[in-house]
Amino acid sequence: MTRFLAITRTEMLILRRNRWLLMATLIMVLFALALTFAGSAPTGTLGVDMLTVSVASMTTLSVYLAPLLALMISFDAIAGDVDRGSLSLLLSYPAGRGEILLGKFTAHLAALAFAMTVGFGTAGAVAAWFGGAGPESLLALVRLILTSILLGAVFLALGYLLSALARGATAAAGLSAGLWLVFVVLYDLGLLGAVVMDEGGTFTQSVFPWVMVANPADAFRLWNIAATEGVAMASGMTGAAQALPVWAAPASLLIWPVLGFALARLAFRRVEP
Amino acid sequence: MTDKALSIDHVSKDRGKTRVLDDINLSLAPGQRVALLGHNGAGKSTLIKSILGLTPIHGGAIQIGDATPGSAKARRETAYLPEAVSFHPALTGREQLTLFAQLSGTKADVPALLDRVGLSDALDRRIGAYSKGMRQRLGLAQVLLGQPKVALLDEPTSGLDPISRQDLYAIIDELAAQGTAVLIASHALTEVEARTDRIAIMRKGRMVADDTLSNLSALAGLPIRLRVRASDNPDILAAELGGNRTNGASVELLCSPDDKMEALRRIAGLGDAVADVEMTPPKLEDLYRHYAQEDLQ
Repeated sequence: MTRFLAITRTEMLILRRNRWLLMATLIMVLFALALTFAGSAPTGTLGVDMLTVSVASMTTLSVYLAPLLALMISFDAIAGDVDRGSLSLLLSYPAGRGEILLGKFTAHLAALAFAMTVGFGTAGAVAAWFGGAGPESLLALVRLILTSILLGAVFLALGYLLSALARGATAAAGLSAGLWLVFVVLYDLGLLGAVVMDEGGTFTQSVFPWVMVANPADAFRLWNIAATEGVAMASGMTGAAQALPVWAAPASLLIWPVLGFALARLAFRRVEP
Repeated sequence: MTDKALSIDHVSKDRGKTRVLDDINLSLAPGQRVALLGHNGAGKSTLIKSILGLTPIHGGAIQIGDATPGSAKARRETAYLPEAVSFHPALTGREQLTLFAQLSGTKADVPALLDRVGLSDALDRRIGAYSKGMRQRLGLAQVLLGQPKVALLDEPTSGLDPISRQDLYAIIDELAAQGTAVLIASHALTEVEARTDRIAIMRKGRMVADDTLSNLSALAGLPIRLRVRASDNPDILAAELGGNRTNGASVELLCSPDDKMEALRRIAGLGDAVADVEMTPPKLEDLYRHYAQEDLQ
């Protein structure tokens, strides 16, 4: 058990040393603050406090940023070690492949959690200070932070999967960019196209919400939106959220990290350094 | 169970349609130093990776002590130095070695180990700033962690300057003295010559020789090279001894170990016509060429 912690400690050291942690936190803080101030205009018209609007804006931000930051660390996790030639040495030690992967995952998730908490926390505190906050909007902020970490976990695991499948770190980086594009941008565009073509038929009514929630990025969005009325109002996305049972989005977002990690573990087993 | 530190028994491995390891047999007793020689692509690294359990084999069996490759026990008992080893550039030597010590589950005096390989000055410098030779030394330091039963060194001399090579062989001797069986894959022939107990030669996935240097020489029956320098006219010498003229004043002839004394007597009989005689026994290079290219006929 202590072996995976040794890997975790070393990975944390690397993230601190190569300034990834600093940069990721800085990016989160800056974007969250910018969105909070830019998005503070509709407070009056909607009759909700500023933190609620801020959370709604940051939810949209996190859909893009959490997967991106996660993939930026994870694509190198296996392929990078293969490229450097250090994986064969690492695997000649008693630590199992599962332990190695778990050690890296723990470190990377901790770093993501730090960046998310500091970034959204700072912006949330600023919004609350200037525009007021209530128990409901505070809860929405906490939910945003936790679900962002979950979303990050999904893409960490998927990044490891690609890193194990790719030949070399450069290929893994390319695949990760593709994965991000598909899950975060193209998937929604495709669904939008399908809904427009369908013109409110059975697909739109019954299939579409499920297909949508199967994507972890959309599940993240739905969870945050469905849970808070104010956020739903501020983001203007209530329809899809109401068509699904309450557990659908949380289930999707909780299953994906486990599934992704299992797939990555399987792919890692086949890697011959 | 077994008194062998490492035993490789009729091991075969296919990669696609090519047979990369073909019926390999090799065993190392504790404390033995064996050189594994072969061209690039002869299968040395593949064999080492099979011993580590990093790549599957398709026939035969490998045992490290009484453990199978890749098992937790086997991994505890083997040390490995990969070819052209490298580490994460952001870590310092101390941090990297500490990780390995924790992974191997041994209590190690990390600064002392790094001092042993001559890296005490670079203890807290990033590996990214290390030279190739320094990385190789760091790799060597991790081999010394714990007391491995088997150490597998893949091209350990690559990137090392001559003085470091001396250190390397001192460390290998130290490992052997503590009972570790050391397998050194190399194509730096001249260096392994005097430093190993046995020499194994691989060619195209097959083990073509595995014996002590002197036995291999005898088996190969390679000729001894005699170079005779004439004091006056080399043509007379050439006619008399039947060798080849080399440079202006010398004649070179080859003879088998059994005929050596006879040839020397004949040369001595020529009296003043001979200025000097040089005798070269077959070197590892010749042996290697003999065993590694034999099948070209």
